[in-house]
Amino acid sequence: MNAWRIARLVAGKDLRIEWHSRVLTNQVLPFAGVTMVIFAFALDSDAVLQRVAPGLVWLATMFSLLVLVQRTFAVETDDGALDALRVAGVDPRAIFLGKATGLFVQLIVLEIVLLFAAVVLYGQTVPIGGVVLLVTTAISATCGLAAVGTLYGGLAAGFRGRETLLPLLTLPAVAPVLIGATRAVEAALGTAGAVVSDGWSWVGLLCVFAVAFGVGGSLAFGPLIDE
Amino acid sequence: MSTPVVELEEAVAVLGSFPALAGASIRIDEGDIVLLRGPNGAGKTTLLRVCAGLVPIVRGTGHVLGLDLTVDRDSIRRHVGVLGHQNGLYLDLTVGENIRFWGATVGASGDETQAAMVRLGVGERLVDVPVRKLSAGQKRRTALACLVARRAQLWLLDEPHAGLDASARDELDHTLRQASASGATIVVASHELERAGSLATRTVDVIAGRVHEATP
Repeated sequence: MNAWRIARLVAGKDLRIEWHSRVLTNQVLPFAGVTMVIFAFALDSDAVLQRVAPGLVWLATMFSLLVLVQRTFAVETDDGALDALRVAGVDPRAIFLGKATGLFVQLIVLEIVLLFAAVVLYGQTVPIGGVVLLVTTAISATCGLAAVGTLYGGLAAGFRGRETLLPLLTLPAVAPVLIGATRAVEAALGTAGAVVSDGWSWVGLLCVFAVAFGVGGSLAFGPLIDE
Repeated sequence: MSTPVVELEEAVAVLGSFPALAGASIRIDEGDIVLLRGPNGAGKTTLLRVCAGLVPIVRGTGHVLGLDLTVDRDSIRRHVGVLGHQNGLYLDLTVGENIRFWGATVGASGDETQAAMVRLGVGERLVDVPVRKLSAGQKRRTALACLVARRAQLWLLDEPHAGLDASARDELDHTLRQASASGATIVVASHELERAGSLATRTVDVIAGRVHEATP
């Protein structure tokens, strides 16, 4: 069967599981919201918060990514479903793409909520001129995060102590996304005098990162989960 | 004489450097229910995994469903269902959603998946129940329905009775006999010889990586 069709099937299955279990809405979103509030208390200055808001949004996204990745692979390993997929000869590239797509959708929902939280909690404003850059940044950065999360989630799924292994693997790998996405969002929001045109080169970096991990991940995923 | 579902000739498979199968030969025909018996480490699970295309053979020849085990292992996997200690189900999905998902991986139609549910007796009362809420026996039946929906022609079951109570075991045996009557070929590795022996149409001994027809 066509790999894209299997990928759609796997993504749909993951989103259906999320719809039933409500982990995103009942656990991850509150966790991300609390993180944003704690940042606000810790920094305790409107000027500082407005300056660092883009970075805080992406930091909260990355912490939440870890929770989402743990969850998306826990549903696969609880009753041996990931093994069953491999044993059934389902194309591992399709599994990778499907799981990454499911993760992408959940992350986008999360980022919208976090951006809204930044507006409410930190008094951040979103200029009309920066909307296209903001949306493009969110999409390209989220593609990269979803690809890295799926790759390392699949790798860690087979190990004992995966809860601690996953952050150790994932956080260093997504550092370029944190930097690039923060700079691009600063440009989109006009933080500290940044202008929109400054942000596009960072979007280019995010796209390269997403393609590299998307292609590399889809090729490496099969051997990784077979191990 | 019809083409056998499984045919191994002097097959050797190694795990690391250990020859888990050391020249195993076996022929299994369509509709058979074959019990593999033998002590721990004798090679029963490896034999199942070789038949599933999960472990390569390094010497000898092997064919499963007419496909060559040395070159077509990925194709073989698509036609074979393996069930071990875990059921391979998504606990947060309902019974129906699980069966439809596994059926869809091979392009099964809605009618086919519905037929699989009916055949395994999970089509009415259980279809909308989350798998997490099922008993062990019901989960096993759902997993078997997924194999039917996936159009698995050869079922490879490793200790299928493990963890089931008496009524769930009866239920499982009934399901397997039905599947066999419908043309599925079933290979069971089990230590529960009385239970699995009454189910099997044929018993073979696996000893030190070789296969011997069981003496009555």
